[in-house]
Amino acid sequence: MKMGSEPLKSVQVKNSYLRATPSFLGKIVAAVNYGDQVLVHSENSDWCKVSLPGKSTDGWIHSSALSNKKIVMKGGGAEVQKTASGEELALAGKGFNKQVEDQYKSRHKSMNFAPIDGMEKIIISPEDIKKFLKEGKLNPKGGLL
Amino acid sequence: MKPINRREFIFFCGQTSLFGFCCSTWLSACQAIAPVSKIASQAGIINSKKAQAIVRSSQAIAKTFEDITPEQEYYIGRTIGAMILSKHKPCNNASANRYINLLGRTLAIASDRPETFGGYHFLILDSNEINAFAAPGGFIFIARGLFKCCRHEDALAAVLSHEIGHIQGKHGLKAIENSRLTTALAILGTETAKAYGGAELSRLTDIFEESISDIFKTMVNKGYSRSQEQDADSASVAILKKVGYNPEGLVDMLKVMEKKLKPGGVDFVKTHPSPASRIDGVRDQIGKPSEIPMPDNRQNRFTKVLLSI
Repeated sequence: MKMGSEPLKSVQVKNSYLRATPSFLGKIVAAVNYGDQVLVHSENSDWCKVSLPGKSTDGWIHSSALSNKKIVMKGGGAEVQKTASGEELALAGKGFNKQVEDQYKSRHKSMNFAPIDGMEKIIISPEDIKKFLKEGKLNPKGGLL
Repeated sequence: MKPINRREFIFFCGQTSLFGFCCSTWLSACQAIAPVSKIASQAGIINSKKAQAIVRSSQAIAKTFEDITPEQEYYIGRTIGAMILSKHKPCNNASANRYINLLGRTLAIASDRPETFGGYHFLILDSNEINAFAAPGGFIFIARGLFKCCRHEDALAAVLSHEIGHIQGKHGLKAIENSRLTTALAILGTETAKAYGGAELSRLTDIFEESISDIFKTMVNKGYSRSQEQDADSASVAILKKVGYNPEGLVDMLKVMEKKLKPGGVDFVKTHPSPASRIDGVRDQIGKPSEIPMPDNRQNRFTKVLLSI
């Protein structure tokens, strides 16, 4: 899907950031969420320089956070029916989703998801990683810093 | 053109006695649907628009595991993780788990797939097995027994990078039988993103459970293929080099593991190639053996955690 000559891609992860440099330790300039579309201005190795449509801020995001498909947050509309091939669209929440997980939990009441939820709550910031690298006398190569 | 809905699809399959066939292997089903749709259309069972819709839908779902979105992979991974934790208790040492997340996330951002739907998360298991598991989407578990095969952070980094390599290569998802995905995607069609009804949800949850079982059996009982293990080791070496660890850490860990593994065990001895063959497999990529530097701070923080678990 294109707007002008710059391709549009969609954020395919729960949340991510646009950064000032092509590095996970680069300064964060904007937050993006699942389904957000970004305009791709250029690509450098695995990083894309992008901006949000209608906004002037641009920044870098890793290509693994992006999908070429447009991610539709709510399905069933005319747009979905028009492009039923699935080549251009992906539907958020389709298939194995929270509803299926809840159904699974109701069938397996002894299964404990609390430690999994706990794992997801451990927050590691880019600053934590920078400190960890420095303290361990680690000198990364190729775009980590 | 309106795509055929689920009920119509199932009805059609029933009429042509093909449902079981459609669910066997995706490739053969995909190849078969187009001519069958034509026949069904000519026989007046379905109209031509519906026949075309079936062909189009079948083409849309032909890619099997590659069509599992990162979001679905995340939900698969959460449940696989819960299953692992039904067999092994978590180690409830917050500072040790924070350390392993610091190390793991540092390694993950150097991988070829640094972004997954919910990110990478790491947990130490309260188990003396020499074992580790990578659940799809980025949930990684390392048993105390494997942690204790590591004599320094570079070796522990090698273990976690190997597991990241399995997630990067989507090895867990590849263990799902194609027929399950075919069935799931055929039931879903291309339209639904709203809440599923009771019957659909029930069937979808059946397929979810079957898919989870496929992955779990491979991960815990059968092991990944030799080439997938080689890929994960290769990814590990690449990640270690990029972050600045000495990939010789992998070799050191494997040598310790070789001494500790007991024949007939249910851990890495069952699911992985021998440590010696793994060392052979990465030697060229690593280069000549070299000494592993152990700066004080790096070794101190590692040892502190090792002694606390």
